[in-house]
Amino acid sequence: MTTTEVRSSGRGASRRRALSARAVFAGPGLLYVTLFMSLPLLLILVYSFLNRGRFGGIVWEFTFENYARAFEPVYLKVFTTSIVIAGVTTVLALALGYPTAYAITRLSPRWRTVALVLVVLPFWTNFLIRTYAWIVLLNTEGPVNSALVDLGVIGAPIGLLYTPGAVVVGLLYAYLPLVVLPVYASIERVDRQLIEAATNLGASRTRAFLDVTLPLTLPGAMIGAIFVFVPSLGNFVVPELLGGGKTVMVGNLIRDQFLEARDWPFGSVFALFVVALLVALFALQAVISRRINGRGRARA
Amino acid sequence: MPKVGWLRVPLVITYAFLYLPIAVLVVMSFNASKTPFIWTGFSTKWYGELLNNELIREGFVNTMIVAVGATILATVLGTLLAIGVARYFRSAIVEAYSLAPAIIPDLALAIGLLALFGMLGVTLSLFSVLLSHVVFGMAFVAAVVIARLGQTDSSLEEASRDLGAGATTTFVRITLPSLAPAIIAGALLVFTLSLDEFVIAFFTDGPSTPTLPIVIYSMVRFGVTPEINALAALLLLVSFTIVLSAQRITRLTDSV
Repeated sequence: MTTTEVRSSGRGASRRRALSARAVFAGPGLLYVTLFMSLPLLLILVYSFLNRGRFGGIVWEFTFENYARAFEPVYLKVFTTSIVIAGVTTVLALALGYPTAYAITRLSPRWRTVALVLVVLPFWTNFLIRTYAWIVLLNTEGPVNSALVDLGVIGAPIGLLYTPGAVVVGLLYAYLPLVVLPVYASIERVDRQLIEAATNLGASRTRAFLDVTLPLTLPGAMIGAIFVFVPSLGNFVVPELLGGGKTVMVGNLIRDQFLEARDWPFGSVFALFVVALLVALFALQAVISRRINGRGRARA
Repeated sequence: MPKVGWLRVPLVITYAFLYLPIAVLVVMSFNASKTPFIWTGFSTKWYGELLNNELIREGFVNTMIVAVGATILATVLGTLLAIGVARYFRSAIVEAYSLAPAIIPDLALAIGLLALFGMLGVTLSLFSVLLSHVVFGMAFVAAVVIARLGQTDSSLEEASRDLGAGATTTFVRITLPSLAPAIIAGALLVFTLSLDEFVIAFFTDGPSTPTLPIVIYSMVRFGVTPEINALAALLLLVSFTIVLSAQRITRLTDSV
């Protein structure tokens, strides 16, 4: 054997070892994700082009019917309601979450950790229970109503529960932590020297914030917005428990098609819509993020 | 709090918004009244009622079976996956694919899994819930372990291999011990997630073995009862304890 042969066979062996290490470590996990995430989503895609079975399930006949039906006025109304409610929730979450994240970055390192843990902590608790808390709070005889009456804001208790407003509050409560985290991370990454440069060159602190910090943290804010908007659309528990079934959102529609109407193919269309929206919004975020970062680098 | 000034306003609003509802629930769980939102006096009787509630007890046992099983499986698969992704693949696409189950909308995953189990002829039971919880659980473990692998360099592992240790020895003696805190933290997080998970369990569980969140859902739909407040307080306590422990464990390693 010549030296080159030895070397190449050695390289081949190490490559083979690397390949087998990949298979041993990542293989089972990747297989699991494929079997229990990708395959289910693929099934929904296939089902959305099939006819419904009489008692749930599907009949293997190809059709576009389910997509055509999704554009009927009844369902378009569900779409607009969902987008308005999820949209309002997202705007409120950003309006509260962005300044909160900003304030946290100004705290001392020790307090910063405490503040961040306190933001995420509720997110890890039982979601049903967090929603249930608002049934107790917003009840006609509940604490919010009695506080408003005591403060003289309202004369008599009003119906706060089972309104679209209650749905927005419930969704905001569920997803606010998901805005604070990515925004915090993006503010943290902003180069302080850029802001210093701006103020040294005569920009006011507000101007520096608007021209430097805000654009650079836009990608982070977008991630936060996606994390609120998409799950809000797909949430059926909050509209049901806090909206009293009066506010029907995409999530309720999917749930009902699968569990009550037993029209799996039609329900699949809406589930796919939620997944496709998530992917599309992330793609948009990636494009905008690249453009903003690229511009920053070009300037620097 | 120095240098915060007017920024105190959003901080106060956010923390009040996040914690007041929880505080009200906990206070009301000690309420003597049968109506869970009108205070009449202090009592711990609802905690006693809770223990006597057969449905809740069964739900709790079912949930524990799923959570323990899912945690074990997700921790093993997630740890291996993290090492494979961070040390051997080093590909952003493979990493994104591995972590995708953590951000895929739960309702879409739930109905997809329902369709999959239907197609494979798997009878819905606690086992199908367990299998389903492993999918996102694994992604959370992998995320925590990948973050840890990003902080540690692989020179120790390389040194071990250069000194003649086999792949298995290196893995058991070097890789695993350095990752242990992250693995434990990941396992704790999966355990809480599984304990509290409702949407996927709702679609993939059999009718005769409801998990605790499914029991809570049917109770809450039916109306508010002081028992739910007591249960809520207990579950909040469990989740807070577990998540804070996980946080402590990972923080400890950050300072090393």
